[in-house]
Amino acid sequence: MPDPERPEPAGYDPVGPRPKEAVSPTGQGGPMDLALDEAESVEGIEKTAGPGASGPRERARSLWSDAWHQLRRNPVFIVSAALILFLVLIAIWPQLIASGDPLQCDLSKSQQGSAPGHPFGYDTQGCDVYTRTVYGARASITVGVCATLGAALLGSALGGLAGFFGGWGDSLLSRVADIFFGIPVVLGGLVFLSVVTSTTVWPVVGFIVLLGWPQIARIARGSVITAKQNDYVQAARALGAGNARMLLRHVAPNAVAPVIVVATIALGTYIALEATLSFLGVGLRPPTVSWGIDISNAASQIRNAPHMLLWPAGALSITVLAFIMLGDAVRDALDPKLR
Amino acid sequence: MAELSKTTTEREPILQVRNLVKHFPLTQGILFKKQVGAVKAVDGVSFDLYQGETLGIVGESGCGKSTVAKLLMNLERATAGEVFYKGQDITKLSGRALKAVRRNIQMVFQDPYTSLNPRMTVGDIIGETFEIHPEVAPKGDRRRKVQELLDVVPDLGLYINRYPHQFSGGQRQRIGIARGLALNPEIIICDEPVSALDVSVQAQVINLMEKLQDEFNLSYIFIAHDLSIVRHISDRVGVMYLGKMAEIGTDAQIYDHPTHPYTQALLSAVPVPDPEVRESRERIILTGDVPSPANPPSGCRFRTRCWKAQDKCSTEEPLLAVPERFKGQDTLAAHDSACHFAEEKAILAV
Repeated sequence: MPDPERPEPAGYDPVGPRPKEAVSPTGQGGPMDLALDEAESVEGIEKTAGPGASGPRERARSLWSDAWHQLRRNPVFIVSAALILFLVLIAIWPQLIASGDPLQCDLSKSQQGSAPGHPFGYDTQGCDVYTRTVYGARASITVGVCATLGAALLGSALGGLAGFFGGWGDSLLSRVADIFFGIPVVLGGLVFLSVVTSTTVWPVVGFIVLLGWPQIARIARGSVITAKQNDYVQAARALGAGNARMLLRHVAPNAVAPVIVVATIALGTYIALEATLSFLGVGLRPPTVSWGIDISNAASQIRNAPHMLLWPAGALSITVLAFIMLGDAVRDALDPKLR
Repeated sequence: MAELSKTTTEREPILQVRNLVKHFPLTQGILFKKQVGAVKAVDGVSFDLYQGETLGIVGESGCGKSTVAKLLMNLERATAGEVFYKGQDITKLSGRALKAVRRNIQMVFQDPYTSLNPRMTVGDIIGETFEIHPEVAPKGDRRRKVQELLDVVPDLGLYINRYPHQFSGGQRQRIGIARGLALNPEIIICDEPVSALDVSVQAQVINLMEKLQDEFNLSYIFIAHDLSIVRHISDRVGVMYLGKMAEIGTDAQIYDHPTHPYTQALLSAVPVPDPEVRESRERIILTGDVPSPANPPSGCRFRTRCWKAQDKCSTEEPLLAVPERFKGQDTLAAHDSACHFAEEKAILAV
């Protein structure tokens, strides 16, 4: 990415060459003089200026250790990580916070509002909405996270390699991605998933990955092509770096940001897509409990019993928000310019 | 000065470039690409580089200077021609042999804002050279080597853990120079190393480069379009036009006794600070644009804009050699010039 002319750090004096002693680093006290000279100019830019100027040499730091250090102090990251941790916990052990059985329903209580012990009320079938919302986390989060991970890994690997190496492989991949783009989601879902008999979430995950990777691949390809044209990639090649090093150390870290953004936004879409497929009867099937199934069932009853829609939809929104916040925090932490 | 040129020709060249050619294919079609032509970015360039000297290469934008740099670095594969480093043709090398040669030929890039990876600390950027060439510095020693390098370059020594965006343009360019020096190369190719910097910072960087040249006995190929900076740093200068070398000689030969009309026009365009001199001197104003390198003129490439052009120029390509009229004469005008009608013209030099 072309860097716009950055203003000189305040106090930096570019005018005139430095005095002879300052230019000679081997002169006695040379580095210290420079430290004093430079301390003003870098003050306020970065905290390490203090220890850097006073302490002799700091320990080595890398992008990843710096990013982790940055993340731990970022409230957005802490909140989103806590939320995600909580969601993962109840996805694994829903009985931790819900004592009932999501499949134990009482038709006589159909669409009733909240009652003691049943804070979210009942749905059309008379099932407890609270219990179903808690138990639905497992399927929805599994689908959302696994489909996003799958699509992001597959898409960025294929798109990144195509963008980096170019040539006929790139043309081939781009055309294949176009073909997958052309498949209508609903029609494709009906065709692919209606022949699957498994009741687990994996066929749905697989289908979403199949349709989702071309989007990520296009983004990754574009941003790799932008990154690889930078002079620092040429510089690495001039030093004799191999393709793996150039791709992993120079291109990938500078091309990953758009992929993270798109993938975190896609996570919400994928959970919603699971709901659509479930609504059509080709996604998750009862007795699996999922937010998608509940949201589609409740959507038609929104005027009679809005609480049926509100709670699972709210849970879905919070989950999506948590992942978007996490993606945002990670992306910022990987950009040293924002520190 | 004539003596200097004699001594340089007697020395053994460290880098010999012979008839270097780079054509970029022009293609049509999305899936089935068909070549419809070629941009002749570099079309038969030859020169020598001697140990410890600086060869300046000047020319206007698009004349192929940067492509020459990329070819010498093997960042682009030459279409034809040879580059001999100590007698070995490096344009055909690949793999391990190429990597070994790269230890000795390094590069400083034009734009200090894009030549450093924004996501690596200065220590990592320079330390990476030792990861790629582990034989230069054993593992435990690398951090110290990086620190030593940063100490050689002014006011960077304390900031090993900084990221590039925390430095000014001049400091960044010095980081680039430190990276170029890391492997202890013999040749450094500088592709417009100061054109992205302020004039005052340019001087600092140029002086640093001269100091390092003395310290490490480096040879520079210094590519620029700023004629006064090139004169300041170079021992010899080559002038390029449309993928060809128009004239090459020592800085006094080129700047005080240019014989090629293009060089004369270039020099007459150099800004002169003294208004009185500026009024009185002759400006050669070239008409027209640089022809497209995809379809260069026949014969002499400069003939379409040259005031001396005759029929001979369109049929016969002038060779880069000492012109007939100056041959055997002990004058500074007796240097290689690719013109049929080479002659001296009083030009106020920089």
